[in-house]
Parts: sequence; structure tokens; C-alpha cells
Amino acid sequence: MTKEWISLFFAAVLTGNFVLARFLGICPFLGVSKKVNTAVGMSLAVIFVMALATAVTWPLNALLESKGLAYLQTIVFILVIAALVQLVEIVLKRYIKALYQSLGIYLPLITTNCAVLGVVLLNAQDGLGFVSSMVNSLGAGAGFLLAMVIFAGVRGRMEHSDIPKAFQGLPITLVAASIVSLSFLGFGGIVEQIFA
Amino acid sequence: MKARKEIKADLGKELTKGFLRENPVLRLLLGMCPALAVSTTVTAALGMGTAASIVLLLSNIIISALRRIIPDRVRIPAYITVIAGLVTLVQMLVKAYVPAIDSALGIYLPLITVNCIILGRADGFANSHGVAASACDAIGMGIGFTAALTLIAALREIFGAGAFAGISLFGTPAAILILPPGGFFVCGCMIALANKLQGPRARKQENKCMSCMECEGGCAT
Repeated sequence: MTKEWISLFFAAVLTGNFVLARFLGICPFLGVSKKVNTAVGMSLAVIFVMALATAVTWPLNALLESKGLAYLQTIVFILVIAALVQLVEIVLKRYIKALYQSLGIYLPLITTNCAVLGVVLLNAQDGLGFVSSMVNSLGAGAGFLLAMVIFAGVRGRMEHSDIPKAFQGLPITLVAASIVSLSFLGFGGIVEQIFA
Repeated sequence: MKARKEIKADLGKELTKGFLRENPVLRLLLGMCPALAVSTTVTAALGMGTAASIVLLLSNIIISALRRIIPDRVRIPAYITVIAGLVTLVQMLVKAYVPAIDSALGIYLPLITVNCIILGRADGFANSHGVAASACDAIGMGIGFTAALTLIAALREIFGAGAFAGISLFGTPAAILILPPGGFFVCGCMIALANKLQGPRARKQENKCMSCMECEGGCAT
């Protein structure tokens, strides 16, 4: 069982990387990856909300499915995420000032981050158990962090290069993302080989 | 008479601006996730474009009609609820009538809920315009989104899989294009091409979704 969880975690981090292989959470990936520390702040906030959202939506999903209301998943999940983000923001602001100052500005952006809704939907779709869901979400979050940090480094290098005019801004960023994503393709098979 | 003509001209402008001048994917840089994820085949791209356009049209009409009723402070949750409801509706229809599209789009179909284009248009346009103008805006944006998606998908499918809409044309020239890196690459090149044709994008667009607000400093530059 533990082996399965480890394999699930690394599959979510490397081969099934949310940003680079599944294209979830592209907006923050392109928008907030200019500096390493903002990239880390955003990723930590995403991991936090992902884990919380999974812990809350898993029992709710079980309830919905037992009542034959599985079609309500999307609505319920997005409302849970929106409410959670608000709640976390209020709690952090009130009680944990230091954490709020470092994560606070990223929180409102997370409601519409497709990586968060994506991971809870994927967990429900694959019918994962509670622990597996949590492991998958943490893996997805860790993968997001990894991609963001690597990419922030790549973008730092790009700032001082001479880029053709039409490619300046987003186009060259996407081409760079393509190369980073290419390197992640190299992980294909490794996870299965090591942990299977 | 004159006033009527003016309104008509405006509606036409709202309708056509989404095609190229304010194309959601290539110019406004909204909805990048689905543009990258489901652009591996033309069929999936058309399915995604149509589904998202229907949701966009209905959400723009509903939100524009309710714009005086929804209090400003809770507008985002209200929009999300309306959009999620519509997405569920479309999802059920797609599952029932075109199951092939449903399996091709997979998780990206329910994820239309958090598509930047829909929330972005709701907050950036429908919120402050009449029902007719919002409907025109939605149709134009929907067509622009579908066209951009299909264009990217056609390039990736033809050169990546040697096929068009599932019909095999020749061998597989560059399989990398249908893999994730190809998505980033083709998308980047298309935006560069749009920049070349249209001149650099106007900064500070009025329509931003919540997760794209941060893009102001990032993607928009």
C-alpha cells in the first residue's frame, strides 16, 4: 500500500506533472513565475488549498455519489473551493499574520486556478480512496512547485537575452515552457521502473 | 433612425472584435489551459470550442440580464455558480449525445467552469453591457476561441500525427508536436505570429479573470 502511494506521489510530481504534462494551472505558471520567491509563495498557497480542498471534497463526493447526485460534482467542488479560499484568507489574516503576508496575495487567485478544481475532479473521476486522494493532491501540488521553481530560473535567464520582437513576452515564455516540458518527458517510465 | 443605426454598428463591432483584433486566445491570452490541452486533434478542439462557446453565450446573457440584481460584493461567487450550473448542463448533453467528444475532452469539459474567458467576459463585459451586446460579444469571442483552438489543433495534428480530424494523411512527421511540449511550442509561435500581424498587444486590457490578474505584470508584458 505504501509503495502504491509513493508511486502515485511521484507519478503526480514527474510524469503526470500538472503544469507541464496536463496543462492545468497555466495562468499562474506563466503569470507568477517571474521571480523564484513569488513562485514559491504561490505554489505553497496552491499546495495548501489543494490539500484542504481534497480533504473536504472527498467525503462530500462520497455523499453525492451515494445519493446518485454525482452530476453535481462540478458545482459543489467549485463552491467548496471558493468558500475554502475565503475562509483560509480570513483565518490567516486574523490569526497567522506572518503566513498571511507571504501567501495572502495569492489566495484570491487560487479559486479560479484550474489545477485545484482539476485535482479534486481527477480524484473523483479515478475513484481514489481518501489517503490516495490526499497523496495525489500533495503530489500534484509538489509538481506544481517544482515546475514553478524550475521555470522561474529559466525566465531569470531569459531576461537578459536578445529576443525577436514578435516573440517578446508570452510567446518566448511558451517556447521556453515547451523545452522545460520536454525535459519532463524524460521521466516517462522512470517512476514505474523504480516503484513498481 | 440614426440612433438605431449606431446601435447596430456597435453590435457588429462587438461581434467581430473577437475574431482577430481581440481574439481571446491569441490576443487577450485568456483560456490558455484548454488551448494547450485539447488542441491535439481537430475534433477535440472543435468540441471544446463549441462547448465553451455555448456556456459563454448563455452565461453572458444570464449575467448581463442579472447585472442590476447581483450585488457587487458577491458577484464573483454568483458568476461562478451560474457558470458551473451551465457547464453541468452542457456536460450532461455532451455525455448523452456525443460520448466520443466527452471521452476526448475528459476532465477539461468540467474545467470550462474555471476557463478564464468565461469569467473574464462575465466580469469584463456582461457586467456592464446590455443583453444584446453581451450576446454578440459572447458569439464573437466563442467563434474566435474555437477558431484559434482549431488552428492550433490543425497544425499539431497535421504535423504531429499526419492526420486531419482523425483522417490519416501521411506518416507521423514530428510526433513531438502532439505531446505536451509541442502544445507550448505551437501556441507560442501562433501568438508570436498574431503579434507580428497585429503589432504588440495593447497593455492593460479591461478583461481579466481572478487568476489572470497577476498576469498583468507577467504574461501581459
